[in-house]
Formats: sequence, C-alpha cells, structure tokens
Amino acid sequence: MALALISVGDVMAIEEFQRAREGSRRDLARVLSMIENGTASFFDKTNVDRSRCLSMAITGSPGVGKSVLCDQLLTHWAKAGINVALLAVDPSSPRSGGALLGDRIRLKSVDNPSVNERIYVRSIATRTSSGSVPLIVRDMAEVLHDVGYERVLIETVGAGQAELRCAAVADRIVLVEGPARGDGIQAEKAGLLELADAIVVNKSDLDGAQKHYDEILESISLEQDEHPKMFLVSALEGRGTELLSEELLHLPSTERAKKSRIFQHLLAAHEQRLTQHPQLNDVLKQLLEGTLHIEDALSQLNVRN
Amino acid sequence: MNAWLDRLNRSRLNMSSPVRVVVAKPGLDGHDRGAKVVARALRDAGHEVIYTGLRRTAQQIVDTVRDEDAMFLGLSSLSGAHNHLFPRICQLLVAQNMGDVIVFGGGIIPQDDREELHKVGIRAIFGPGTPTSEILQFIEEARNEANVGVGGSSDWLWPSSA
Repeated sequence: MALALISVGDVMAIEEFQRAREGSRRDLARVLSMIENGTASFFDKTNVDRSRCLSMAITGSPGVGKSVLCDQLLTHWAKAGINVALLAVDPSSPRSGGALLGDRIRLKSVDNPSVNERIYVRSIATRTSSGSVPLIVRDMAEVLHDVGYERVLIETVGAGQAELRCAAVADRIVLVEGPARGDGIQAEKAGLLELADAIVVNKSDLDGAQKHYDEILESISLEQDEHPKMFLVSALEGRGTELLSEELLHLPSTERAKKSRIFQHLLAAHEQRLTQHPQLNDVLKQLLEGTLHIEDALSQLNVRN
Repeated sequence: MNAWLDRLNRSRLNMSSPVRVVVAKPGLDGHDRGAKVVARALRDAGHEVIYTGLRRTAQQIVDTVRDEDAMFLGLSSLSGAHNHLFPRICQLLVAQNMGDVIVFGGGIIPQDDREELHKVGIRAIFGPGTPTSEILQFIEEARNEANVGVGGSSDWLWPSSA
C-alpha cells in the first residue's frame, strides 16, 4: 500500500480505510471525519501514482452559481464513467462555531440514480482553526483519489484567506464569475485571477454576461502571455457546460498559476505552524501587555526573517 | 483582555468535534419553516447542520446521512405521511449498517402516532411549540447516551414537552 494511513487516536482507522478502498462509502465518510477531526492523517505519499487523478477548486463570489456549475460537472463526468467527488467548503459561524451547510439543496446529480453511484459529496465547515482547513481538505482529496475518485472538486467561496488557501491546495483552480459583479477590475483586485487556470463566466442567460466576459478577457490579455482559458456558460440551462466539462477534465495549468499556488501552500503551512505553536498564547499575552516587540515575538516563535 | 485570551484558549483547546446533524424533509411536503428554525438553532449552538432541501425520498436522505457521516438525523414532516416515511427511513438506516445514527422527528405528529415511531427507533418527537433549547438539550443528552442509535438496544426516550 503506497498511501498509508496513520492513526492518531483511533485504531479502527486502518480497517475502515481498507473497507473504503473496497467501495464502502460509509467507511469512506468515517475516514474523512477522522481526518477532519484530526484523529487520523497521512504519511508516505511518495510512491502514489496520481497521474490519472486531478483535484480542481471551483471558486468565486457568493451567488455566482458555483454549486449549480459543480452539479453540471458532476453529472457530465459521472456519465462519462468517471468517479467524481465534491468537497463543498462553507464557513463556520465565527460566533458559535456552528455551520449551516446547504450546498446539497442545489445538487440534482446526487439524486439521479443513473449517475449517483459515481458521485460522492461531502460538506465541510471551516471550523475555528482556519489555519489547518486547507491541509485537511488536501488530505481528504488524497483519500478520495486513493479510494478511486479520479476527479475531486473543491467548492469554496473565493473570499477570505482560509477559503483562498483551500482553493490553492487543488491541482487546478477554476474561477467562476457572473454578470453584474462590477467590472473586470473587481475580479483582479481579489487576487484570484492570477491563481486561476480557467475562468468561467456563468449565467450567460442573463444580460451583461457577454460584456463581463469581454471585459475580463481584455483585462487578462493585456498583461499575461499565457492567460487562463475562458468560458461563457449557463449552468442553470446547461448551455456550454458539456464543452466546459470536456475541457476541464484535462485542463492544463499555467506556470503563473502554479507559482501562485505554491506560494499559497507555503503560506498555509507557515500559518499552521504558527497557530499550533505551543508558545503562541504566551507570546500573544506578552504582545497584549506590551512587554514584547513583534520582531522578538517572531523570533521566539522561530519565524525569523 | 483576559476574556479575549480565554476565548482564544477555549477555541484552540476545545478538541471535541462538532456534532454533524442532517436535517431532512422527506416526501411531498413544502413546509420547511420548522426545519429551518431547528437548523438555525443547531448552528447557533455550535453544531454543523446539513440541510437536504425539500421533497427528498427515504433513500436520498439515508445516502446523505451516510456520505456526510452525520451522528444525528432530524426528520420534519407536516404532511401527515410520517407513519409511512419515518419508519421507512429508519429501516433503511439499520439495513445499511447505520444503526448508530440517532434519529429525531418533528412537525405535526399526533400523540397517538408517536409510540409506533418510537418503536422503529426514533428517540424524540418534537411537536409545534417546542422550545429550540429543548432540542439542543436532547442533542447533548443523546450524544452521551449509549446505544440510542436507530438500531440501538436502549429503550431511552426523550420526554417531549409538546
């Protein structure tokens, strides 16, 4: 077994992982929970043949149609005989730590008995420790690949650092845009354009979608030699989604996006190290009291410049 | 300042995982105000709620519970079809090796129907007028109770106020 599961608190993990590989979705769900709860994680990923697998983040502002678009991709890919999983990441309430996860409401593919055997959907709340969410999502995608899901979609709102980094752990990033979201400059400001391997302008059934598409195209053609692929679709009406799903299946990455993603990985790993540092609370307390300078705090936490 | 540090400490040290609850609307029933109120109350209490949306079949609900690895399943029905739909869902859960899922119900469920629903493994029925705090209390107690899943051997039941 090339990919090995290390169990932190639960000795059942390895058996359940084995059953998940044999096709038990109940066990797969449990293994994913263990990873989410931090009671299991992975090591020794060096020999895994992942050439057939690809994880893909679907990101964009709230309401641009990410869920409906994901639904289309799930259906098209499952129909083509590909096992595909969706990790739908939603923020936890910062006040209570709870979350209302409603992405399933818009997913028709999971109710379609002709394809849903090939589709696994899991809702993920970002919980309080945002620093580790991207790494949890990455491990979950690894597990899904390992048990036979060749494509893993990671749906996440492209706002906020935790969400951005959840997107960055994927092999490819698809940015979803919609009409009436301001001009192309707005998209650029969010810092997502440079991460994207493809840009999908959704809601082509509405006025202004073509204009928005043209604006973004103009904006990215200005400066980039290898700009992301662009698509204009209506996920709701299924217009252009068949072509999109074919193109996304083997979407190449751009050098620029690769570099941006690696940088986000570095930041995520760094942030996790910082937030899990045993002396973090002491240092925070001293900072609050004003007895420690921020530079000294960094060196105390072994983050030197 | 100390309050802020306390809160930070709590959130970092609180290793107990949130409870995952699927809230589902089985059958031909478009009334989901109650389900949404319950979902919101559970979220505000720090739980993770997966809402299925309207008009789900028994199999769809059971599949969702399986894929989401939920500890609890809340069923809401105001259509009068609870005597058919609730037991069907419970049977499917047990048949598919998910007898450890704790099931509770709510909506318009007459007192006379409740005993039969308890017999198939539903541990609590919440009628109209139930305070949301009671449902949260049920969650807290049920999660610490042994063998109260839908296929569990315990005869523990929640004494509902409404």
